[in-house]
Amino acid sequence: MAVYGLNGRPGAEFTELLDAAAARLAHTLQTSCRVETEAFDASETFDESRGQYHSTAILQAMQAYRVPADRVLLGVTEEDLFVPILTFVFGEAQISGPLALVSTARLRDEYYGMPQNPPLLLERTEKEALHEIGHTQGLRHCSDWNCVMSSSHAVERIDLKAASYCLECWKAIAGR
Amino acid sequence: MTRGVVLIVDDDPVVRDSLGKWFDAEGFEVVLCPDAKTAIDRLSIVRCDVALLDIKMPGTDGMELQERIRSIEPELPVIIMTGYASVDTAVRALKNGAYDYITKPFDPDELVHLVNRAISHRKAENEVVRLRENLQEVFPATQLIGQSAGIKRVTEMVETVASTDATVLITGESGTGKEVVARAIHAASPRRLHPMVVIHCGALTETLLESELFGHEKGSFTGAQARKKGKFELAEGGSVFLDEIGDISLRVQTDLLRVLQEKEIVRVGGTQSLKVDFRAIAATNKSLEKLVAEGTFRPDLYYRLNVFTIEIPPLRARREDIPLLANHFLQKFATSMNRPVQRLAPRTLELLIEYNWPGNVRELENAIERALLMNRETDLRPEDFPFQLHPAATSSGRRLEDIERLHIERILEETNWNLSRSARILDIDRTTLYNKIRRYGLRGAERGATVE
Repeated sequence: MAVYGLNGRPGAEFTELLDAAAARLAHTLQTSCRVETEAFDASETFDESRGQYHSTAILQAMQAYRVPADRVLLGVTEEDLFVPILTFVFGEAQISGPLALVSTARLRDEYYGMPQNPPLLLERTEKEALHEIGHTQGLRHCSDWNCVMSSSHAVERIDLKAASYCLECWKAIAGR
Repeated sequence: MTRGVVLIVDDDPVVRDSLGKWFDAEGFEVVLCPDAKTAIDRLSIVRCDVALLDIKMPGTDGMELQERIRSIEPELPVIIMTGYASVDTAVRALKNGAYDYITKPFDPDELVHLVNRAISHRKAENEVVRLRENLQEVFPATQLIGQSAGIKRVTEMVETVASTDATVLITGESGTGKEVVARAIHAASPRRLHPMVVIHCGALTETLLESELFGHEKGSFTGAQARKKGKFELAEGGSVFLDEIGDISLRVQTDLLRVLQEKEIVRVGGTQSLKVDFRAIAATNKSLEKLVAEGTFRPDLYYRLNVFTIEIPPLRARREDIPLLANHFLQKFATSMNRPVQRLAPRTLELLIEYNWPGNVRELENAIERALLMNRETDLRPEDFPFQLHPAATSSGRRLEDIERLHIERILEETNWNLSRSARILDIDRTTLYNKIRRYGLRGAERGATVE
């Protein structure tokens, strides 16, 4: 599901990213994955002094959607997210709940002054999606640096880990 | 297995709650207190590993609390949380014996690192060893596949060098598995609990490579809104794998030599030098000696890298490993393609063993993947390997003319049967090429060859 903010609905490039990410997620999680065309307006959760959107507030607002029992609703946004105590978050999810949220704002290399790198953006988006989805399935952070559930608070750490769960985490998910 | 017990003291319930949840998600245990009195009470009951105190609290503020903690539990590292950066506050806190201070809002990466550092300051040696032993099962060492003498020798060398911190240089033709060997070294080393960071030196321009290696500061490139750590910093006690090291420019070679010698880096656009802790593994398919002789590779860097060299033999020098490797890839792709395992027809395996594999193990892996994509049902036949095994091949495939025929065919495929281009690539004239096409009975006419 595409989440947009003050800058309005995301464009074609973002939709392409979502489609590509959905295909990869479907393959890795071995389940069906659909991109919702209905987008979600997050302007209410904008904090002007920070220039960012409040991640927890968006998750709360997403509760208005009724998600079927065996499904997860993953919101993806191009806007930058925060929670009050931190400078930013890449995303947030309910532990063992159906809602999750991921931001691509800091996954783009342009944010760091580097040239555009669409394949890398896709890879990072996939990893963060798998990470937050893992939380919705009850997983917590993993101590294996290579596992997608390892905690990454900087984009270079996202690049370190694989786009897959370690055996232990996978067993825990597959059991559900 | 908890990463530690964190005591959080802040009068703001929102902050307490958020920090509590965050540290919990990170794998820490938390003790939340709204004021100094509660904190002191808790400390007498619960053993904590680090304390995070808000500086501004009604009644006893963070600084006073820190002094009280220092008198009752001097070993407990204390981190002061302040709402805005203030040099005065920081200096006072540190003078008072605080471990460090951090300003709100927190950069999540910095926060986690700070807390980890504070805790490891305190953790007993034997507890760390116990944790390492537990993790032994979680990280099995990577296996190198093969029974040949060549691979056994490589495995022995990996085992010998892994437990040391020596720099390793891996050499071998393209596709022989240099990264696999690097991972095996890392996985067998005491550094395996920390990341192995991979840098493909050949794939990056000089500027990008510098930023990849050393990181860059906010603002050092137009549009850089945040700093980025380089791979040497990221390794943090782990290993750094420099692939295609023969491809780096002299300038980057100089920077790299300094890092290897001093174990310090400076980020692009930065002034501060940072200490780094890593073990270097490098790889190349070029002859570094030759490059040194040509003047394109620094001799001093070469000597530093050449401390311990592992040479991986090409696949054609270890044909007895082909069945095992083929089996490994058949299993691997069966799993990823979600299909039952397909095997090789006996004749196919024979031919694959006889083929020369200029692209080595990577070529074998790609060939098997391609064959499985084309043939989803039966055991793989020679026709499923068009680039490696010509269907009409009846001979052993090792005669000079077999190699020539295969090579010409491959070039023709590559250029889409553009004869002029093919002749240029093969460095023969068109007439000669025509003759060879006729002689080997290569089928171009059917494909609608482009004759120029």
